[in-house]
Amino acid sequence: MKNINLITAPLRKANPITVLILGICSALAVTAKLKPAIVMALSVTVVTALSNLVISLLRKGIPSKIRIIVQLIVVATLVILVDQFLKAFVYDISKQLSVFVGLIITNCIVMGRLEAFAMAHKPWESFFDGIGNGLGYGAILVIVAFFRELFGSGTLLGYQVIPQGMYDFGYVNNGLMILPPMALIIIGIIIWLQKPEEEK
Amino acid sequence: MGLRSYIDKIKPNFEQGGKYAKFHSTFEAFETFLYTPNRVTSNGAHIRDYVDMKRNMIYVVIALIPCFLFGTWNIGYQHFLSLGESVTFWQIIGYGLLKIIPLYLVSYIVGLVIEFTFAEIRHEEVNEGYFVTGFLIPLIMPVDVPLWMLALAVAFAVIIGKEVFGGSGMNVVNPALLARAFLFFSYPSKMTGDTVWIAEKADAYSGATPLGTLFNGGSVNDLPSLMDMFIGTIPGSVGETSKIAILIGGIFLIITGVSSLRIIIATFIGAISMGLVFNALGTTSAMGTPFYYHLLMGGFMFGTFFMATDPVTAAQTNIGKWIYGFLIGAIAILIRVANPGYPEGMMLAILLLNVFAPLIDWCVVACNIRKRKKRWASAERRTK
Repeated sequence: MKNINLITAPLRKANPITVLILGICSALAVTAKLKPAIVMALSVTVVTALSNLVISLLRKGIPSKIRIIVQLIVVATLVILVDQFLKAFVYDISKQLSVFVGLIITNCIVMGRLEAFAMAHKPWESFFDGIGNGLGYGAILVIVAFFRELFGSGTLLGYQVIPQGMYDFGYVNNGLMILPPMALIIIGIIIWLQKPEEEK
Repeated sequence: MGLRSYIDKIKPNFEQGGKYAKFHSTFEAFETFLYTPNRVTSNGAHIRDYVDMKRNMIYVVIALIPCFLFGTWNIGYQHFLSLGESVTFWQIIGYGLLKIIPLYLVSYIVGLVIEFTFAEIRHEEVNEGYFVTGFLIPLIMPVDVPLWMLALAVAFAVIIGKEVFGGSGMNVVNPALLARAFLFFSYPSKMTGDTVWIAEKADAYSGATPLGTLFNGGSVNDLPSLMDMFIGTIPGSVGETSKIAILIGGIFLIITGVSSLRIIIATFIGAISMGLVFNALGTTSAMGTPFYYHLLMGGFMFGTFFMATDPVTAAQTNIGKWIYGFLIGAIAILIRVANPGYPEGMMLAILLLNVFAPLIDWCVVACNIRKRKKRWASAERRTK
C-alpha cells in the first residue's frame, strides 16, 4: 500500500514538473512530437528507478563528502546504457532526441530524488519512488506532446489525425505549437488548472 | 427614466440570494455601463474626479474612431483599386463595412464572453479593459485574416495575456499586441507576405506593404510616396495606414491626459536615432532607407500612440518612461533593418519592453533611493 502511494503521489500532488518545477528544460525540448516524448519519458523512468535503487543499496557506504560525485557516476553509467540501447533499437528517435538523452544526467529530477529520497530510504521503496517520479515526469511530457503534435502538425504518433477535409476548408496547422515557448505556456496552463484541485 | 427604474426593479434578483445571483457580475457590468455608479467612498481623503476607468477607456475608443473610419474606407479603396474598377464613395464604404464588421463581431463576442465568464467565476466586477483591446485588435490585423484565427487569437490573448495574471490592470504585456503576435508566429502565411493586405485582390496586382517591399530587396524608389504613406492610401493592417487619423486620435489622447507624452517623444527619439545610425552605416538598401521613412512605414506610429503608451504595461516612473520609449523606438528599427524575417519590428519591440518595464521602474527607484541616501549622508557630514 505504501509503495503504491510512492508511485501515485508524483503523478499528481508531488509532480516533479508541475509542482516541484524540475526538469523543465527537457520538457520544452522533446515535446514537439509524441513519439520522442514517450521514449524520453521511459528513459527517464528507467534512469530514476535504477539509480535510486543502486544509490539506496550503496547509501550506507557512501562518504557524505563525495556523495554527489558517486551519484553522478551511477547516473552517468545508466544514461550511457540507455543512450546505447536507444541507438541500437530506435535509431531515428534517438537522433531526434539528440543531446537530450545525454542530458538526463543533469536532469534535476534524477539528482533530486537521489538526494532527497534514495539516500535515506530502503532500496525497494527508492525503486518505486524512482518509477513514480519518472512516470509523473512522463505524464506531463505526454500531455504536452499530445497537444503540440495534434495542433502543430495535425498528427499523432506520426499518423494524420486531422482529416484532409479540414485543410481544404481552410484549417492551418498552428506554427507556434512547434516552437518551445508554446510548451512552456502549455505547462503553465496545466499548473494553473492543477493548482486549485490540489488546494481542495 | 424608464430604464433606470427598470434596472432598480430587477436589481434584487441579482443580489446575494436572488434568483439570478450567479449573474451578478454581468448585471453589475451593464448597470455601470449605462449609469454612473451611485456608490461613493465613505471615508478617507480621495482625489475627486469625474474620470473613472470606464470614461478613461471610452476616451481611447473615441481616439481610435478616426483610424477605424479611415481603415474602413481604405479596405474598400484598396480592393477596388486592385481590381481596377472605379466606384462611388458609398460603394467603397459599403465594401469596407462588409469586411470590418465581422472582425469586430468576432473580437467583441469572443473577448467579452471570456471576460464575463471569468468575472462570474471569480465573483468580481466585469472590467472595462476589453473595450479598448477589442477595438484595437481588428485595427492591427490584415483585413483578410480568417475569422476562426482571429477568434483563437483573441481567446489566447485574453486568457493567457490577461486572465491568468488576474484580469485587466494585472497584465504584463499588451493583450491586443499579444493577439497579433500569436497569429504572427502561428500562421505566418496569413500574417505576412504580399497577398493578405488587400481584401480579395486581383492576382496580378502587387499588394505588398511598404515594409514588405523594402525587405524583399526593394529600394526606396519602389516605395509609395511619403505623402501617400502619410495620408494612408497604402496596403497594410486595417487601422495603421493613415498617419493623419493616428495623429488626430493621438493628440486627443495627449490632451485628455490618457497617454503619456514622454513615452511618445522618447519613442520617436529612439527610432530617429537608430535610423540615423543605420543611415550612416548604409550598406544595404534597408539600412539606407532614410530615417523619416521608418516613421511613416508599418505600425510605428500606431504602436507609438496607442500601444506603447498603454498605462498598464508601460513604465510608471518618469525617467523610466524615457528609457522605455527610447528602447522601443530603437529596437523596433533595429529589428526591421537587421532581421528581414520580421519586417514589423514595432510589435516585437513593444512586447519586449512591456516585459522589461517593471525592471526599468525598479532600477529607477533604486537609483533614486541611492542618490538620496548619498545626499543625506553628505549633509550629515557637513552638520557635524
